Amino acid sequence: MESIFSPQQIVNGLQLGAIYALIALGYTMVYGIVRLINFAHGDFFMVGAYAAFGSFFMFNVFLPRGNGLAFIVLILAMAAGGAIAVLTDHFAYKPLRYKPKLSSLVTAIGVSMLLEYAFSAIPMIGPSPRGFPEILPKKMYHFGSAEVSNYVIVDLAVAAVLMIGLTFLIQRTSLGKAMRAVSQDKDAARLMGINVDRIISLTFLIGGAFAGAAGLLAGLTYPRIQPYMGILPGLKAFIAAVLGGIGSIPGAVLGAFIMGIAETCATAYNSLLGEGIAFVILIVVLLLRPSGIFGEKTADKI
Amino acid sequence: MLSVKNLKVTYGSIAAISDVSFEVPEGKIVCLIGANGAGKTTTLRAVSGLVAPSAGTVTFKGADITGAPAHKLVGLGMSHVPEGRRIFPILTVKENLELAAWTIKDKTEVKRRLEEVYEMFPRIKDRIGQLGGTLSGGEQQMLAVGRAMVTGGDILLLDEPSMGLAPVLVDEIFDKIIAINKKGTTVLLVEQNASEALEISDFAYVLEVGYSTISGPAKEIAADARVREAYLGV
Repeated sequence: MESIFSPQQIVNGLQLGAIYALIALGYTMVYGIVRLINFAHGDFFMVGAYAAFGSFFMFNVFLPRGNGLAFIVLILAMAAGGAIAVLTDHFAYKPLRYKPKLSSLVTAIGVSMLLEYAFSAIPMIGPSPRGFPEILPKKMYHFGSAEVSNYVIVDLAVAAVLMIGLTFLIQRTSLGKAMRAVSQDKDAARLMGINVDRIISLTFLIGGAFAGAAGLLAGLTYPRIQPYMGILPGLKAFIAAVLGGIGSIPGAVLGAFIMGIAETCATAYNSLLGEGIAFVILIVVLLLRPSGIFGEKTADKI
Repeated sequence: MLSVKNLKVTYGSIAAISDVSFEVPEGKIVCLIGANGAGKTTTLRAVSGLVAPSAGTVTFKGADITGAPAHKLVGLGMSHVPEGRRIFPILTVKENLELAAWTIKDKTEVKRRLEEVYEMFPRIKDRIGQLGGTLSGGEQQMLAVGRAMVTGGDILLLDEPSMGLAPVLVDEIFDKIIAINKKGTTVLLVEQNASEALEISDFAYVLEVGYSTISGPAKEIAADARVREAYLGV
């Protein structure tokens, strides 16, 4: 049993968890504000990975590999993820905002397939997997029995900075206050003079940008990308968000790290179990605590 | 200040209001009274831009604002306290008030307006760090009116401010409405509590199943035999 929960597996689990967390945040934020499970969200992650792939080769022409180039690639991956999310909301979800929820849900699945097939059809991308370049030179460090690459540090650092930034935005700025208000009562927010549609767009932008960043980190860490790469991580991040309590931001992060560690430890035991553990967790959560760890706080008074 | 002509609002194929017209002169208190389902709330929602009317016109300070979105009208000077108060339940009282200042960029002006609210509703000041959802019904109503004071419109739309409140609190809220009006804010009041509403209003309109029917100075309406029988219970 010791090898399953070895420090190495925990490190790998945290690394995977950081990527899931960035994706799960988008699920939970969008759900919090428009009550929609955005099943195309995993594909925003894929778009981010390809944007990173493309921008690396574009900028590598005149910039050497290293931190500067990696930063540019990160920004462009986030921009691409954010842009595709905002466009998806504008053209696919916004017209259905006040229609039955099922319409947007089915539309989300449609958008997801559209993105996957469209990317497979683009000649420069194509359906077959591509190797992801080593944007940063890889270094290995040893901590006791665990091997830690600088990629682990990059993954965790990027996720941490983005999550701290998001927490600051939501808890401390007036824009964040408006986002919380819109998630609680849209009509009341309108009567305060808040442009609700713009706040919803902003939410998609942030969620998409985080998924885009996760796409880059995933490409870096597991260097193979393809147009369908968003399906499974998307599903697992969604399960992480459900585990933490959909709509809750700390819940999504906690759920993602639990998922990441559970997955790597289960994979160490048996690789098939590793693929399935997410769904075991989903079933257990739905049976025992459907509202998730943090649930959604309500203070309604009639 | 506000003029509504032949307003019609439909939800799907059902007409919530069919033909509503009324005038709100500057500096006055005007009330719309009527039974449940007469269309009072829908009328206010159409005026403040929360729903788009399917016919008719709304003119505010001389400009046609029919169908303009609610968040823009706030900037033009429209404050609406909606039915059920609609306090943000998991924002603090202070955050609720600060959000109401969303369209105001001048920080000192925001501060001044918050002070004004605290002065009018000392009880709200005591509750400043509490979550909105934990306030009592009366406090929520005060906070809702306080938010509207912070948005600081030239006209204040009030939807059933007395709903669910103890009689003492109803009197207090109505006193505050008069005080706000005295400071120069025009008031459009919607009430089921017709007797209280008529008492503080200058003009009144009666809404019946989607149509504005009887209208006139509030005193005359209060004396009208049909109104007395249908809405005042005498």
